[in-house]
Amino acid sequence: MTIEEQFQHKIEEEIKIEPKDWMPDKYRQTLIRQISQHAHSEIVGMLPEGNWITRAPSLKRKAILLAKVQDEAGHGLYLYSAAETLGISRDEMYHQLHTGKAKYSSIFNYPTLSWADIGAIGWLVDGAAIMNQVPLCRTSYGPYARAMVRICKEESFHQRQGFEILLVLSKGTEAQKKICQDAINRWWWPCLMMFGPADEQSPHTAQSMQWKIKRFSNDELRQKFVNMIAEQVKVLNMTLPDPDLRWNEERKQYDFGKINWEEFWNVLSGNGPCNKQRLDARKKAWEEGAWVREAAAAYAEKKAMKAHTQVA
Amino acid sequence: MIGEYGTKYYYGDYGEGKGGTPATSSQQQTQEEMNSWPLWEVFIRSKQGLDHKHVGSLHAADAQMAMENARDVYTRRNEGISIWVVESKYIHASNPDDAGSLYDPANDKAYRHPTFYNLPDEVKHM
Ligand SMILES: [Fe+2]
Ligand SMILES: [Fe+2]
Repeated sequence: MTIEEQFQHKIEEEIKIEPKDWMPDKYRQTLIRQISQHAHSEIVGMLPEGNWITRAPSLKRKAILLAKVQDEAGHGLYLYSAAETLGISRDEMYHQLHTGKAKYSSIFNYPTLSWADIGAIGWLVDGAAIMNQVPLCRTSYGPYARAMVRICKEESFHQRQGFEILLVLSKGTEAQKKICQDAINRWWWPCLMMFGPADEQSPHTAQSMQWKIKRFSNDELRQKFVNMIAEQVKVLNMTLPDPDLRWNEERKQYDFGKINWEEFWNVLSGNGPCNKQRLDARKKAWEEGAWVREAAAAYAEKKAMKAHTQVA
Repeated sequence: MIGEYGTKYYYGDYGEGKGGTPATSSQQQTQEEMNSWPLWEVFIRSKQGLDHKHVGSLHAADAQMAMENARDVYTRRNEGISIWVVESKYIHASNPDDAGSLYDPANDKAYRHPTFYNLPDEVKHM
């Protein structure tokens, strides 16, 4: 067996690949790109929700939202450290994000216009994320799989708190019902886009399937998500903004309308409503934090030197 | 538009930006990067009586900061009652290529396992 065959054999036997094991360059590159961009998405994803922390309607909601956003920061960190095991530095990853070389999920380039958006994000955006992340717990690269297990444990609270926000609004005043429906209308289609293009348009995912980095196709996961949400929305007494959505008795699945891929590629290439704002916020945080990083490093060095002279 | 990023796109992997493959372009090491905080490995004891277990890593300027960050990143939901942090550069790891010569000798020493010994059924509790 060649070394490549041995590698593929391990993958087929469901033996995890660990950092020091031999792996094809392409596998390493694919993973670095995927894990780092997944990390960026967690970090940028804090921004739309952060927008409502100071304006949450009650102290309870504020505490919950703070905890949720803090979790997302943690998710970013678990993933950055998993990517670092493949030989890329943290600073390099930040650099790629700040210069626009690395992408992040297009969903975070949409604005959060009302409090109901926080509910819709938890229910739909985190819901779509969970759909994708649960199979990633069994992905072939050990550190990535372990990070995903940790993340998935924390995600279910995110989705539930979002649904609960909408549930309260759906039983409220006419104005509250209205913002609830409006948020669902605006977030629904971008959430379906989170799963990526239709399978026949993304033949290259085949390689990632063979390496068991990815385990289900984009369309399979999207369909599962639609089936789940189409039922849950009834509990809210709200509707999804799709006239073609209906149960197909033969397929035992929901049929749904066409996705506007034009919009998707547009947002991904930088022309979404908030792309510039999001990236500017990340760069500003990085640049304005420079003095903190330097001061802490200088302090640590001074302390280490002191300890050294005391020993000597 | 599709052509610009290739057709590769799925959750977590958003294709490549205009500057080519992000992962493989190696940047010049900046001054800042050389000053960046070292990497620490984090080990957590989840409850009294169990071993500390490796949970991940993080960057911090010194041990105290590593400890504080480890608490915030890895124990937000009572995952632990004790934390160890150690700077990653002090960890020495065995090489996976040596796995054969390191662990194979144990394979032919079945007599190290209790099941190797056939005893009459009358012998109880052994
Ligand atoms: Fe997350
Ligand atoms: Fe989340």
